[in-house]
Amino acid sequence: MKNRKLKFGLGVAIILAVVGWEALSGFQQSKTYYVTVNELTQGQATRHQVRVGGTVEPGSVERRAGKLTFRLAQDAKSIPVTYVGTDTLPDTFKDGAQAIIDGDYLSNGVFQAEKIQAKCASKYQAAPVSPASGQKNPKVAGL
Amino acid sequence: MNELGSLGIVAALAFAAFAVVAGTLGGKLRSSRLTTSAERATLAFFVTLTLAVIALEYLTLTNNFHNAYVAEHSNRDLLTFYKVAALWAGQEGSLLFWTWLLSIYSALVIFLNRKKNRQLMPYVVAVLMGTGAFFSSLVLLVANPFQELALASAAGTQPFTPPDGNGLNPLLQYHSMVIHPPMLYLGYVGMVVPFAFAMAALITRQLGDNWIRTTRRWTMVPWMLLGLGILLGGNWAYAVLGWGGYWGWDPVENASLLPWLSGTAFLHSVMIQEKRGMLKVWNVVLVITTFFLSIFGTFLTRSGIVSSVHAFAQSSIGPFFAVFLCIIVFFSVTLLLLRLDHLKSENKLDSLVSRESGFLFNNWILLALVFAVLWGTLFPLISKAVQNVTVTVGAPFFNKTAIPMGLLLLFLTGAGPLLAWRKTSFQSLKRNFLVPLIIAGVSGVILLVAGVRHFYAWMTLCLCVFVAACILGEFWKGARTRMKTAGENFAQAVYNLTMRNTRRYGGYLVHLGIVLLFIGFAGLAFKTQAKGLMREGDLLRVKNYLLRCDGLVSGDTPNYEYTRSLITVTKDGHAFTSMHPEKRFYKASQQPTSYVSIHPTLSEDLYIVLSGLDEDTGKAVIEVFVNPLVMWVWIGGLVVFLGTLLALVPSRVEREMAEIRKTQDIAVQVDNLGAEG
Repeated sequence: MKNRKLKFGLGVAIILAVVGWEALSGFQQSKTYYVTVNELTQGQATRHQVRVGGTVEPGSVERRAGKLTFRLAQDAKSIPVTYVGTDTLPDTFKDGAQAIIDGDYLSNGVFQAEKIQAKCASKYQAAPVSPASGQKNPKVAGL
Repeated sequence: MNELGSLGIVAALAFAAFAVVAGTLGGKLRSSRLTTSAERATLAFFVTLTLAVIALEYLTLTNNFHNAYVAEHSNRDLLTFYKVAALWAGQEGSLLFWTWLLSIYSALVIFLNRKKNRQLMPYVVAVLMGTGAFFSSLVLLVANPFQELALASAAGTQPFTPPDGNGLNPLLQYHSMVIHPPMLYLGYVGMVVPFAFAMAALITRQLGDNWIRTTRRWTMVPWMLLGLGILLGGNWAYAVLGWGGYWGWDPVENASLLPWLSGTAFLHSVMIQEKRGMLKVWNVVLVITTFFLSIFGTFLTRSGIVSSVHAFAQSSIGPFFAVFLCIIVFFSVTLLLLRLDHLKSENKLDSLVSRESGFLFNNWILLALVFAVLWGTLFPLISKAVQNVTVTVGAPFFNKTAIPMGLLLLFLTGAGPLLAWRKTSFQSLKRNFLVPLIIAGVSGVILLVAGVRHFYAWMTLCLCVFVAACILGEFWKGARTRMKTAGENFAQAVYNLTMRNTRRYGGYLVHLGIVLLFIGFAGLAFKTQAKGLMREGDLLRVKNYLLRCDGLVSGDTPNYEYTRSLITVTKDGHAFTSMHPEKRFYKASQQPTSYVSIHPTLSEDLYIVLSGLDEDTGKAVIEVFVNPLVMWVWIGGLVVFLGTLLALVPSRVEREMAEIRKTQDIAVQVDNLGAEG
């Protein structure tokens, strides 16, 4: 009985070790630092596997020879981004959209994005249809 | 209508608050009058919320864009079908919908249980309505869908009605998206019922078999619907998002998986308590965990504390949920600690090779999985709190942890039910497992010869064969006995066998569904994809498929404009099918979206996306995926659903027992009457 318990414990330990090791390697492989544009521009060095959120600067999107570049802005600062990924860009990616990009920030100040997620800026926010008068964002009042 | 809606919510909140007080007092003072009035208040809670829901639906269907919610989530040319669904398209509507579902569950609990669980009911009602009061006050104060639009100008605010609404998010305009949120919510919300029964049992110290039997059934229903909701969500992601997959370990997806996993653990470990009187504390912990994770899931989905494809936006409801979650934990854990004496185990684990230990392993693995998924999902918050840097983890972490644990679970799916209670002898192990092991081994060799080299996929398929052999073997053994003794034919025997013990054979059916799901998952290892620019006459080859572009057409509907690519497919040189992926541009929301074209078959799906037009050449950008075995994921999910339904049907034995009990009750009543008279 004792021997069997030992064997059993050993089996459980092996399983735990395998799962733990897998978890750790998966973690190392996929961990991504979420930083702001400000933090990126302050440091000079290359940073690998980072994620940045910001707004696609209106008018900055350029597609040339299958290559896409744009500027990602946050507050007053922005960084140039080159898309090097293979996935097709989401439909929501356009001027003024909020975007989250994953990739490497190179020492020359260009961000190489491997993945881009985007969301249309106007969605989900309480900014109903602007009236003809050109007044934006009518306030929502209670009852 | 706005007034009516708001009024409905105010009344609902008042009724809920009253029910909490009346229920608690009714239980304390053992006053059946108070309890009955608490129950009636609960029904009134349901009625008033129904009014509010009808009011919002009416506003949506009649294009009343004066209402801010309607203006934000609907538009004139939206299909009626989708207008109805606008109820759960945004924050405010979703929360109202959530609360309404809670009121439906509460009303059902009262109708189905008030006779059977007299002593538990006052507290059950109090807990249900405590949750109801929280959600209805949230709807009323923080996310009211009955707000009117107004313009702020120098002269003060003026009411304002836009000519048309912003429209439903195009991504939500898909049929399974219409049923996915209700199912998911029915799953989330329903977990409050087992929690309420657990709390009531703890408060009243009625910790015998009764509450656990009631709770088991009340867990199966939301568990089944939650599973269906997750599946439909996957189906939606697959058909709409256009990246060729159905699961991306997104925080919102994870949030829905967590209570499903802990609910699964509960549904298994509850059997040990029923049969052997063990794990009583553990079961209460699982009920609490599942409820906590459901609310937590709603919180994660709705608050945007973790960035996700579904919701980037920050929202103000976060702190309210945080407080509510703290109250749940404090209340339930304190109560559990106070009642530990009443939850002593009646037996000990006899052997490591037994049904009990099978269930225990199942529980450990499921909980480890919950922990891993939770850890990965919340890691950005944890790292922010600990090191002040936000670190996110992606799919590789989840896959690497979930796959090995999933495979262990798959093994138990087949092995567990064949182990005997208490102790399994070596002889019985040999008798039960020899044939499945041989079949699985042979299949493994065949798969290797056929060229399957992906380790996990190979392992999964071998285990699937093993589990299927184990379970079908059970059906076969049972049927053979009946055929011998009762002289039935095979079909009759299987039918009678199943109906006699729906719980057991329904469970087996669920396990078979899980096998089919895993077959579908294994297909992920053999995915192929290609991308090309195509104009009329261009060809693109993927595996043994050849795609020819026959041109692009554009068109217009009231709701959206579209560009459609006409593609003719030949397979192995034979004409196969024609497919038309679209790019749509929705007018009201000014948003483009892709409409994927899928040709599903049992062996593989051909999946074509028109991702856009290349700006330099004007050619269509076509992405093609060949996704093997995806269909089995949907079929497997459906089998799990049907199996659970079957297990919910009272078995013949149970019905006979119920009949006997009923006659006894009548006899007792007659006796009592006689005694009184």
